Amino acid sequence: MSTHHHHAEDVAQLANPAAPADAIPAVDPRLLVREQGLSGYLSEFGRKMKAGDLGSLPVVVGLIVIWGIFQGLNSNFLSPENLTNIAITMVATGMMAVGIIFVLLLGEIDLSVGSVSGVSGALFAVLAVTNGVNEWVAVLAAIGGGALIGAIHGFFFAKIGAPAFAVTLSGLLFWSGAMLQILGSSGTVNIDSDGVVGQLTTYYFTDVAAAYGLAAVATAAYFLAAFTDNKRRAAAGVPSRPMSELLLRTGLLAVFTFGPAAVFNQYKGLPLAVVLFVLVLVGTDFVLRRTTFGRNVFALGGSVEASRRAGINVTGIRIAVFSIAGTFAAVGGLFWASKIAAANQSAGAGDLLMNVIAAAVIGGTSLFGGRGRTWNALLGVMVITSIQYGLALEGIATPVQYMITGAVLLATVVIDSVTRKTQRTAGRV
Amino acid sequence: MSAAPVLALRGVSKRFGAVQALTDVELEIHSGEVVALVGDNGAGKSTLVKTIAGVHPIDDGVIEWEGKPVAITKPHDAQNLGIATVYQDLALCDNIDVVGNLFLGRELKRRGVLDEVEMERRARELLTTLSIRIPSVRIPIASLSGGQRQTVAIARSMLGEPKLVILDEPTAALGVEQTAQVLDLVERLRERGHAVILISHNMADVKAVADRVAVLRLGRNNGVFTVAETSQEEIISAITGATDNAVTRRAARTGEARK
Repeated sequence: MSTHHHHAEDVAQLANPAAPADAIPAVDPRLLVREQGLSGYLSEFGRKMKAGDLGSLPVVVGLIVIWGIFQGLNSNFLSPENLTNIAITMVATGMMAVGIIFVLLLGEIDLSVGSVSGVSGALFAVLAVTNGVNEWVAVLAAIGGGALIGAIHGFFFAKIGAPAFAVTLSGLLFWSGAMLQILGSSGTVNIDSDGVVGQLTTYYFTDVAAAYGLAAVATAAYFLAAFTDNKRRAAAGVPSRPMSELLLRTGLLAVFTFGPAAVFNQYKGLPLAVVLFVLVLVGTDFVLRRTTFGRNVFALGGSVEASRRAGINVTGIRIAVFSIAGTFAAVGGLFWASKIAAANQSAGAGDLLMNVIAAAVIGGTSLFGGRGRTWNALLGVMVITSIQYGLALEGIATPVQYMITGAVLLATVVIDSVTRKTQRTAGRV
Repeated sequence: MSAAPVLALRGVSKRFGAVQALTDVELEIHSGEVVALVGDNGAGKSTLVKTIAGVHPIDDGVIEWEGKPVAITKPHDAQNLGIATVYQDLALCDNIDVVGNLFLGRELKRRGVLDEVEMERRARELLTTLSIRIPSVRIPIASLSGGQRQTVAIARSMLGEPKLVILDEPTAALGVEQTAQVLDLVERLRERGHAVILISHNMADVKAVADRVAVLRLGRNNGVFTVAETSQEEIISAITGATDNAVTRRAARTGEARK
């Protein structure tokens, strides 16, 4: 181990020939970020494992186990048709989970997302169907309504200082009442299944080139972005990723894009819902990790006082984050309405809220704030939806589904807590 | 030493309701000088620092900056003058890496997007200049020791190239080795021509790095000493305000016992 480190340091020194003539060495040997070479990457991975920094590994392993079990029970589980259905169904919950991840990053909770999704679906249906408003306008109104509702929650939390738990619990009740009020006496409004919202979960890009093309574009874009970033890093004299790691990562991404593309193409093609979900994940991940706003969200999750002293607009960021949660709750509500082709009184109720929070947490977002990525939503919601579909294929009733999903969530929280403990002993939070 | 002090307080007073926290306090500090501010709990050290940092504006008196009277009414005024304050409770985010913390609230951007490469380059440059040794600039603050965190917090204050750095109890709760790291850093700040105000309870630290010691007692000046010419006992008696007190009595007792 030690000889290996020395070797890596030598390489790092060689890789930075632009050392100034000053007495101070440009590269402190202890300042190594990543050791160069693939072996360095592997040792970094090993170090992270030991430190309890498991990342997404437990959930990936869990997903493989779940798929294995259900495939063993029913050979139709991993069929292209079933996988496509899982992929489309999970988008509604997944979109809402993306929103709640922003809130969890602050170390807060939003209990109202289920009700807000319901009220948005109802708002859309009543505007577009009952009142004949243009569907696009109705969509914008529903999403804008969600953003506004979230901002109101944020205002009471950030400006007035009420606990987010209490504010959004009030919201849960208030907005489900508002939804029933909007739907009126009939209780159910069927939406046009060929309309904007109707097609959200029914439209497929049937041309096989669409799925493969998207996979190719994503992989190529990733490689180009990483490659140019690497070149800038090398030019600036800061540690960069070795080419071998870059190729490995690109290769992995290719597997995880072309694989699903092939599955979708064996059924009806690339579902529009999946494309939109991936776009949202890429976009929100970019916002969280590459913009000042995202950095501020993480900072607030780490230390509110430190953020305030650094001049961060704490109130503004908090309101914005709750507004984002409301926005994605509304988007999820539209996908939900699309899935059942209606807005009805049970929308946003039942286990939806729990599934949304579970998806975020199962995917690896910490309940304690400051740790997580929006990609967690994808992994988490895949686990939850897979369980639902697998149990449904076996004809296992809802009560058992609830219990199993609850057990999986508990297992995840246990892993999260144990991970945190290991990380503490290894000096990481 | 330059003619005009970087910062001079002339007869500064501060009241909080019925409490007279500071009365006619005088303090001068020049560039390239470390002035220790000492005093017992409640002597007004923190209040004095907060008036300089703009957290609590002064009621009476004059603050001179490089020889000219200035008004410091909010933290922003102090920052604009070139005063950086590192508070006792560290203003760092545990979950964010060293680079992110150094640039928190003043991130560098390139086409509207965080410029991680440039921030990392500057962070490494800064840490190298200050001879700060940490395992990596890309690990979360939580992974660092208390001393390393303190040095990062101080380094963070250096990003704005301040003329005066105020360190509030930088070695409190640190181990021997970590304290040494922080004291080394204080000396490097002096070598680089910064003026440093060091608040400390630790006489050993004060004797180790300070050039002068300003003693506060019950919100008033109680002597300014040149460290090289002053014994620890003299400073302590200035802090406690009398030659006959618990500390001197104990010293006398143990002295007699030794005889």
